[in-house]
Amino acid sequence: MGSGQHHETVGARDAPGPALGVAPGAPPPDVVFRVRGVSKVYRMGEVEVHALRSVDLDLYAGELMVLLGASGSGKSTLLNILGGLDTATSGRVWFRDRELTRAGDAELTRFRRDHVGFVFQFYNLIPSLTARENVALVTEIARNPIRPEDALELVGLGARMDHFPAQLSGGEQQRVAIARAIAKRPEVLLCDEPTGALDSVTGRLVLGVIERVNRELGTTTVLITHNAPIARMADRVVRLHDGQIAQEYRNTEKVPAETLDW
Amino acid sequence: MRIRALDRKLLREAWRLRGQLFSIALVVACGVMTVVAMRSTYESLELSRAAYYERSRFADVFVTLNRAPETLAARIAAIPGVAAVETRIVLDVSLDVPGLDEPATGRLVSLPDGRESALNVLHLREGRTPLPGRSDEAVASEAFAEANGLRLGDAVSAVIHGRYQRLRIVGIGLSPEYVYEVGAGQIVPDNRRFGVLWMNRSALAPAYDMEGAFNDVALRLAPGASEAAVIAELDRLLEPYGGRGAYGRADQASARIVDEELKQNRTSGTAVPLIFLGVAAFLLHIVLSRLVQTQRDQIAILKAFGYSNLDVGLHYLRFALLAVGIGSAIGAAFGAWIGRLLLDVYAAYFRFPELTYRVSWTLFAIAVAVSAAAAALGAHSAVRRAVALPPAEAMRPESPARYRPGFLERIGAARLLSPAARMILRNVERYPVRAGLSALGVGFAVSILVTGTFLFDAVDYMLDVQFRQVQREDVAVLFTGPRNASARYDMARLDGVLRVEPYRVAPARIHEGHRKRNIPLTGLSPDGELRRILDQDFVPHAPPADGLLLGEKLAEVLGVRPGDTVRIEILEGARPVRELPVVGTVNEIIGMNAYMELGALNRLLHEGPTISGVYLAVDPHRRTEVYDRLKNMPAVASASSRLVTLENFQSQIAETLLVSMTILIGFAAVIAVGVIYNGARIALAERGRELASLRVLGFTRREVAVLLFGERAVITAAGIPAGFAIGYFFAAALIGAFETEGYRIPLVVSGSTYAFAGIVAVAAAVFAGLLVRRRLNRLDLIAVLKTRE
Repeated sequence: MGSGQHHETVGARDAPGPALGVAPGAPPPDVVFRVRGVSKVYRMGEVEVHALRSVDLDLYAGELMVLLGASGSGKSTLLNILGGLDTATSGRVWFRDRELTRAGDAELTRFRRDHVGFVFQFYNLIPSLTARENVALVTEIARNPIRPEDALELVGLGARMDHFPAQLSGGEQQRVAIARAIAKRPEVLLCDEPTGALDSVTGRLVLGVIERVNRELGTTTVLITHNAPIARMADRVVRLHDGQIAQEYRNTEKVPAETLDW
Repeated sequence: MRIRALDRKLLREAWRLRGQLFSIALVVACGVMTVVAMRSTYESLELSRAAYYERSRFADVFVTLNRAPETLAARIAAIPGVAAVETRIVLDVSLDVPGLDEPATGRLVSLPDGRESALNVLHLREGRTPLPGRSDEAVASEAFAEANGLRLGDAVSAVIHGRYQRLRIVGIGLSPEYVYEVGAGQIVPDNRRFGVLWMNRSALAPAYDMEGAFNDVALRLAPGASEAAVIAELDRLLEPYGGRGAYGRADQASARIVDEELKQNRTSGTAVPLIFLGVAAFLLHIVLSRLVQTQRDQIAILKAFGYSNLDVGLHYLRFALLAVGIGSAIGAAFGAWIGRLLLDVYAAYFRFPELTYRVSWTLFAIAVAVSAAAAALGAHSAVRRAVALPPAEAMRPESPARYRPGFLERIGAARLLSPAARMILRNVERYPVRAGLSALGVGFAVSILVTGTFLFDAVDYMLDVQFRQVQREDVAVLFTGPRNASARYDMARLDGVLRVEPYRVAPARIHEGHRKRNIPLTGLSPDGELRRILDQDFVPHAPPADGLLLGEKLAEVLGVRPGDTVRIEILEGARPVRELPVVGTVNEIIGMNAYMELGALNRLLHEGPTISGVYLAVDPHRRTEVYDRLKNMPAVASASSRLVTLENFQSQIAETLLVSMTILIGFAAVIAVGVIYNGARIALAERGRELASLRVLGFTRREVAVLLFGERAVITAAGIPAGFAIGYFFAAALIGAFETEGYRIPLVVSGSTYAFAGIVAVAAAVFAGLLVRRRLNRLDLIAVLKTRE
């Protein structure tokens, strides 16, 4: 079962991309990421690990996509390649009309600086900087940022801006990480297991913030999780298995994050 | 101005690492301090010297002769390339100085009556020059006056041409010829027993049959003139008048020593800082490598959010620059301060009218730039590793340390060791480069001590050889001129004199091919015991009757070996020239000399039994009486006591010993503490979890400390012998750099020097250990086990 097959079905039904045979007269679809035949092979000593095997995928502007998969399914690798943190072994990736797979280190840096916000499972805040300073770290190099204070208000941390990471709970740290990710007004927000280290109550709170950013700022969002119930908040769901797209569907019954349970 | 978030991170983390960064800053400070102190002293001396030599019209060429009529001065002035000529009368006489038991040697230098000298202008500190026509007034050199507590109006007595004469001090002065005031054959000044007195020429001329004549010439060259050509012409002109061979400034006693000192200062001012900066670079390397290693994920985040490699690289480089910046500031401030003190020390030995301390911004800039370069060098690989990590990979924790069976296991020694010892040795084995460099760092600390201290061993050795093995007389008497050998019996008759041995010394020029040197040719009595000629194995050699014994250095300079023949040109009397075989070379530390048997020298000089002076053995209880008699003997130009000279040497050494030991111990401690402290801190950071786990398992603090510090102990133990070897090597290099034709420093390093260096290193290591021990005791067991690493 090839992943391309799935994609074609979905693509034909919803928003046909240029590669998929556009219906005449239809408006050009607003594709943010276009992934074609991407594979990733890691070499671990003598063993080759195929993290991704010829993946095709389109990501549309403003949508919230959930990437589901067990650990080792290749979802983080895909996310890292989309975000310009990692490079594909083969295949091509475009961000709008820019081909990331051809970009050098400097161009990828530029791309991340201008367009991408990241949220990680372990928050990855700089321990020696306060919440506000962690956000400022990003706004200082962004072209059109919002104020760090506003970003922290948005995630409900207006009162804890001058705390250091060690003084914040896990959920609070993750919300700082989200504030940090969105403060530059990125076009895409890439979240790698943002609730992975949190209990479900705190997790719902964090997912609510991500949902709100997606809705209010219109930021195209990719959210990685191994928790199937979380997929219910997505516009679209892609399930990865063993480096390949195993399933892909549009979620017609999108529910608010607060109602999720896992 | 708002501080960037990344800089806040820098400042907060630097504060957390303050102990480590500060210890590195101190190492940098030592380097910068040495550069600034040494170079600023060098530059200040160099400038003062240049200004003084120019302003005082310091002569370029000097020559001593027997006697020449004043009319010759015009012919000397006519030599092409000669710009100015000053003829003088210069004599060494015996002085009776109030408060001094032994006779002192006074060098009487004539001043033109009623006018300033054309060359070597006297600089008056106080008082005035002798009034025209006065023969009982003199200007004393400042060092001599100070050493003997002489003030204006005081008097010294001199035996001038057989007449005991009182000289009133009317002025205290300085001359460019006696910036470093040493008498003939001395290498260390003895300002109590040697001094210069400037007197009217009209006072000296009649006493020495020098009316309308002179016995010394100083001249200044025209710009662009060839010194060698002028010297050759001058020698030719003065030959009939007993010219002793002209020489340039490079061979003028004071100018040469000032010059050598400046060169040595420059050498140490360059070599020593390099060691410090090398150590600083290494320490920055290990500290930053560790920092980058623990901040892999933070680096990944910075890069994920679009910080470029340059941003990240500069961020970590700034840690190094911060340490270097602080170190440079401390070093520059202390350097300027110490430079000023150092210049004051120099001022006691080098008498310049003005010795202005001056430290240039260029110097600071160079010192800081060089240290920054060292910082960049140290930070380089760590920073490169930081930026080279692809962000996705950096996000993953580093794979755990892998231990494999190592050397210990292969040789099967592991079983013999306790588990603790095995852990310690495996850790050393695991980072062999880091452990090796740490040991090297300790080695450098030790080597600085060895290199600094060995000089005192060497000088001790030199003093022992010179004043106990070679010189064994109590008093060496030099007559005002060659005298009949019967003069020895006058000496023997003095109460308290136990033994008299005559000697003859004649100025000579020794040639081999185009190489030549002016030397004293000494004739010793064959059965002499008071002055010995020793070979390399300290075996005494009798002075040869049919050839020459040459000092090793002289033989080397001339390129001759035993069996070769050299040409000897005597520069006094009938000036005979003879070819003589070299029968051997002898061990000689000070000066360049040639020896032969007294009678053989008399025959060579076409003279009957003639002597220049005598060596005396004196009854210790009657020494003062003998001195008193010698002071009043017209024939005696100088009488120097071996013990007094030796004590003078030793007291000067003791003064410098204390100062330099303090500085060296400080230097070595800074390096050793820096290396051990940083190494232990990093080991603690790396192995905190492991050590905390052991504590949880029931290990005591002490047992855990043994594990942590055992590794440092192994490194220190390995570093100390390495330091001995490096120190020995540096000492040899230093000797090479310092060696001159005037003296040769023997490569002698005593056991106590090694022991001292080792003890200081161990003490510094223990101190560094105590600093870290406090942290080890505060180890938070729960928190350490929780941290993700």
